[in-house]
Amino acid sequence: MPENSHSKRVLEVKRLNVEIPVPTGLLRPVQDVSLHVDRGETLCVVGESGCGKSLTSLAIMDLLPTKAKRACDEMRLSGDTVFDIGERAMSDIRGDRMSMIFQEPMTSLNPAYTIGNQLVEALQRHRNVSKAQARDRAIYLLEKVGITAAASRLGQYPHQLSGGLRQRVMIAMALMCGPDLIIADEPTTALDVTIQAQILHLLSDLQREFQMGMILITHDLGVVARIADRVAVMYAGQVVETGTAEQIFNAPQHPYTRGLLDCIPIPGKTKRGARLGAIPGIVPSLVGHMSGCHFASRCPQAHEGCETGDIELLPTAQPGHVCRCLLTQTPGTPVHETEGAAS
Amino acid sequence: MLYYTLKRLGVAVLVAITVSVLSFSMIYLSGDPAVALAGEGASNEDIENVRRVYGFDRPIILQYGSWLVQALQGNLGHSNYLKAPVASVIFERLPTTMLLGACSLAFALLLAIPLGVVAAIKPNSILDRIALSVAVVGQAMPSFWFALTLILWLGITWRLLPITGTASWKNFIMPSMALGYYLTPAVMRLTRAGMLDVLSSDYIRTARAKGLRPMTVLFKHALRNAIIPVVSLAAVQFGFMLGGSIVIETIFAINGLGYLAWESIQRADLPMMQAIVLVLSIFYILLTFLADMLNAFLDPRIRVA
Repeated sequence: MPENSHSKRVLEVKRLNVEIPVPTGLLRPVQDVSLHVDRGETLCVVGESGCGKSLTSLAIMDLLPTKAKRACDEMRLSGDTVFDIGERAMSDIRGDRMSMIFQEPMTSLNPAYTIGNQLVEALQRHRNVSKAQARDRAIYLLEKVGITAAASRLGQYPHQLSGGLRQRVMIAMALMCGPDLIIADEPTTALDVTIQAQILHLLSDLQREFQMGMILITHDLGVVARIADRVAVMYAGQVVETGTAEQIFNAPQHPYTRGLLDCIPIPGKTKRGARLGAIPGIVPSLVGHMSGCHFASRCPQAHEGCETGDIELLPTAQPGHVCRCLLTQTPGTPVHETEGAAS
Repeated sequence: MLYYTLKRLGVAVLVAITVSVLSFSMIYLSGDPAVALAGEGASNEDIENVRRVYGFDRPIILQYGSWLVQALQGNLGHSNYLKAPVASVIFERLPTTMLLGACSLAFALLLAIPLGVVAAIKPNSILDRIALSVAVVGQAMPSFWFALTLILWLGITWRLLPITGTASWKNFIMPSMALGYYLTPAVMRLTRAGMLDVLSSDYIRTARAKGLRPMTVLFKHALRNAIIPVVSLAAVQFGFMLGGSIVIETIFAINGLGYLAWESIQRADLPMMQAIVLVLSIFYILLTFLADMLNAFLDPRIRVA
């Protein structure tokens, strides 16, 4: 990989694992997840509920529930390692160099404080600025996220704002320190459909304007098609396929990705009146160790070899397109060992 | 906020009127007041005389009306035993009881809230168990017994603190502990439950995602939301504490309202008892109102309710 593209790299995660002890054993909701995001790039992480998308993002932010343990080979933010650096050092990075937007705008703001207070404290925690300067920044960003009469909004409490406005406030809050990386965990799921499109456009515009790296977590493939540069498809705790949006939508390799795409109508492609696809079966339990392909029990093309051994994420014929499937793999070394093979 | 304040104030006034009716009717609940006043061995003529002099022969509603007008003007009647106006005796004793109440409340909150917070940070840890034991012991122990134990250990065995009177601030330590300890378990358990609930909420995760220091997260973002039910509870319990001060003041011979109440009961000094009940009730109502205001300050969502 050329040196200049390395300096563009905002986030590099290699073999991230999350384990949670449960009464029946050890739950492994995130297994060997490797991701990277470049400056000015939007990576969409897609997958159905419970596939480990949110826990992956919380693990990157080091905001996992206390019972959950995480491990990884490497986690770098703009080149600096951000794994196991201690809570103090991590809290210096959180909200400053990487920030997060959550799914539930209705409950993600503290009801007891004005939004001005909550915006200002985000900047004052990381920068040595006066309250007036922080206020100016808050007003600037509130206007940026499309809130009118921003100055007067600062004195309002969260319960006085609608869900869409609250999510805009959350976005402004995440941008207060001008982060390198922004993680948006299903930011539009709780909103009205009309508002969803607005918020997504807003996120996408801001990401381009401020040249941030963005991880957008979603289960909505329509969203992905509109704003993703690259896509990581997750299934049962693993990334099963990564590639550019074009590769994933036009030439999906993994049977799960293909099944997922069959489930949504695509204008021009899906025939009128034709039934949409559905993937039979249920997601396997992630308690304990599981050998073979996680999708094997639901895969129409599974054969005996799919049930044994650990299947690695391997490059396909397309550059930058990797897939965790025996059927599509060309012989080669696992992605984790070849630096940047996934790009 | 103004609307909310007026609404709470309206409720407070209505409750105060109800309390005044109850307090007034106390005179009749304990039998014919004229017979009680005339004393043992009084002839029927004497009793009728008393009835006429004190106005007990008038219709009850008129009696209540004139009593209320007098009370509003600060005239709470005349103590037959002390031969002095009830109001002046009460207001002489009131500051002592208020001081004791405030010290007890401070003791209870300063002990219970930190314990509750610590217990919530690490649920089911050793610290949580210790806090739980403090709460259980507090709930199980009668305050008069605890007071006597304190006197025995701190006052007599180790001679650390004076055991009676109100001469200096040292005299208030043991009574405040004895009275305040009663409030501790409830406040601690409620703080713990509130903190546990709040700490798992989305906005705490947001606060952490902003990179805020753990202490800021805990005290700015969590405690303020967790403390709201505690404020209401503390106000109610403070009222009970004023009642409880009857026992504690008697044990420590503190010349407060509680001690006065106990004396008045022994002397069958009806106007005095009536006035004490009224004054304590009004304080109770005032506290509840203040708690409502404090909660509205803490939680902006309450202000619009």
